[in-house]
Amino acid sequence: MEMYSQAAWLIPLFPLAAFLVLTALGRSFRRAGVFIGSIGSLAAFALSLLIVIDRLGANAVDYNYAFDWIRIGDYTLRIGFEVTNLTAMMLVVVTLVSFLVNVYSAGYMKNDERITVFYGYVALFTFSMLGLVLSDNLLSLYIFWELVGVCSFLLVGFWYSKPKARAAAKKAFIVTRIGDAGLLIGILLLFWYMPNHALDFTTIQSVFDGQTGAITTGITTLIALLIFLGAVGKSGQFPLHVWLPDAMEGPTPISALIHAATMVAAGVFLIARTYDIFQDSAAAMETVAYVGGFTAIFAATVALAQNDIKRILAYSTVSQLGYMMMALGLHSLTGGIFHLFTHAFFKALLFLGAGSIIHAVHTQNINEMGGLGSKMRVTAWTFAIGALALSGIPPFSGFWSKDMILTAALETNPLLFVVGLAGAFCTALYMSRLFFLVFMGKPKSAAAGAHESPATMTFPLIVLAVLAIIAGFVETPWNGWFGSWLSGEPEDAHGSGVVIIASIAVGLLGIYLGWLVYGKGSVSRTVIAERLPWLVKLLERSYYVDELYAAVIVKPLKAIGAALSVFDEYVVGGVVRVAGAATSSVGRLSARLQNGQVQTYSLAAVIGFVIIVVAIVGRRFLP
Amino acid sequence: MLPSYLTMAAILFCIGLYGALVKRNAVVVLLSVELMLNAVNLNLVAFSKYGVVPSLTGQIFSLFTITVAAAEAAIGVAILIALFRLRGTVNVDEFDKMRR
Repeated sequence: MEMYSQAAWLIPLFPLAAFLVLTALGRSFRRAGVFIGSIGSLAAFALSLLIVIDRLGANAVDYNYAFDWIRIGDYTLRIGFEVTNLTAMMLVVVTLVSFLVNVYSAGYMKNDERITVFYGYVALFTFSMLGLVLSDNLLSLYIFWELVGVCSFLLVGFWYSKPKARAAAKKAFIVTRIGDAGLLIGILLLFWYMPNHALDFTTIQSVFDGQTGAITTGITTLIALLIFLGAVGKSGQFPLHVWLPDAMEGPTPISALIHAATMVAAGVFLIARTYDIFQDSAAAMETVAYVGGFTAIFAATVALAQNDIKRILAYSTVSQLGYMMMALGLHSLTGGIFHLFTHAFFKALLFLGAGSIIHAVHTQNINEMGGLGSKMRVTAWTFAIGALALSGIPPFSGFWSKDMILTAALETNPLLFVVGLAGAFCTALYMSRLFFLVFMGKPKSAAAGAHESPATMTFPLIVLAVLAIIAGFVETPWNGWFGSWLSGEPEDAHGSGVVIIASIAVGLLGIYLGWLVYGKGSVSRTVIAERLPWLVKLLERSYYVDELYAAVIVKPLKAIGAALSVFDEYVVGGVVRVAGAATSSVGRLSARLQNGQVQTYSLAAVIGFVIIVVAIVGRRFLP
Repeated sequence: MLPSYLTMAAILFCIGLYGALVKRNAVVVLLSVELMLNAVNLNLVAFSKYGVVPSLTGQIFSLFTITVAAAEAAIGVAILIALFRLRGTVNVDEFDKMRR
């Protein structure tokens, strides 16, 4: 019955083949690039969809295939792939968003000289992400984890002639590397302590699930926290979130694919995949919950004061990822994954919509836009749907998933419930601010000549908008289908009237306030800026985290680097230069000896002979 | 007795060596080489008389050396004459063909 699951290894190969073909073809076949990239991801999506449909029935068995990869002494390293309901869902999300982004880029990147390179990178990324999802052990997951990081680097720095893009690409790579180092250490620790050094998820699950006591609580907490560090880096959680807003220097379809829907969700996916380790350690779970909750409210407040449309969405992504982490930390695996699922659609929608706007007005500053609603109807309507879903307004998908997270918070941790509600209010406020400033009001300078984007760009918007509406219905307070499908155990559909009313109330309140200030204009926009200028400044500069890192970490490191380079120049280089000078002067001396005079040669021979005689005779007189 | 012979031979050898290394005139260099050979002959004879195991071999050996040295001197002078004809000088400083 799982005949499609057995063929799951084929899914990553489609984009890989597309990548190889595109790389081989070079830059000449521009249309072919679009075609091959889209076909590759469409084929992957079709197969993923078949797998999910195949597994929709109850009691779908996890399919795992592994083979011996490396044999070292007694130890055998096996790699392979595994299809569970969680990975099947991720497969569909990744391939669908990837396909839509491929289609969208045909319009967005149309005039770019390196469009085939772009499609090649996207295909490589899709391959890596699918490999990450399908991995059945932590080692191959780590390999693909790094590979998506490389693709992110390549695509953020795609327009490498811009210095800011170069800096952002480097920042993204280096900051996530901090988290990756933690993940690697975590994997090594796990390898060391696991029975038989097994690293595959099935064994990890049975070891930690059975409470066998094979690994002590302290070590479990340490491993869990190190794995979480990897997730913090990849998923842009505080304090390693700084790279994600800067990564918006990349092309907008990339922001939608990598930095909203798929790669940044890899951290959440990783924790879900190793959830048994986390569940064994209460301390680790609490850390995950608090870091997530803090990130959620922190990034949401920053988003309130940003003026760059993509940076607002980036901070929003950081905030929503915080919600997912919080849900995982609050023992609600379903809530976290469910929010990942819905967020992937509506955030990709919002980013692609933002791309459509940028494509039309050639600016990213929302203060220079305005009145776009009548000129770009499709973009405006789909963007509104995405914004409502993000703000948590029923019946859009974001409401159901956020509701589930808030319910979990209310049950276990009231503090985080309040934080979550406050974050939801900020979310609704900044989204309404964004929407009213961009689409309503009078057209400003940049919006004058705007017109709707081509069909290749609006089609993905419509598809994602439909999904942003309906995706939430798989799990509602009265229907726990998604949770029971995901975890295999019937989860009681816990709906709480308080949560629903509260979350709708803060959402509507946020939108209403946004409308008052930015739509109707009955409240002056500068009312807060006049009273509390420092607060606005603080939020605009995103709490000066970048400046803090620059002062505390970057500057000292650069100073150490400068000191070391001086040391290298004068001490190491000095020794090298002295050695070189000594050798060449000896050479010059001995070259002067080669003057063709037999007498000089004989003299040298005599001197050598005398030295030998003195040495031999002299030894007798030594003690 | 032996040490005085050996000292004499060493002095002779050193004078020969000095001449061979320092003198400019090729003829003098050749003479100095002969001097060193004779210092060796003196050693051979001295050891054959006063050595740990005195025997006639040393003296016969020195006779051989004298013979060979005569032949060597003849060849050396022949080469010198050929060189003089070629270069018009017997100054060894100017014989630096090995350098090029």
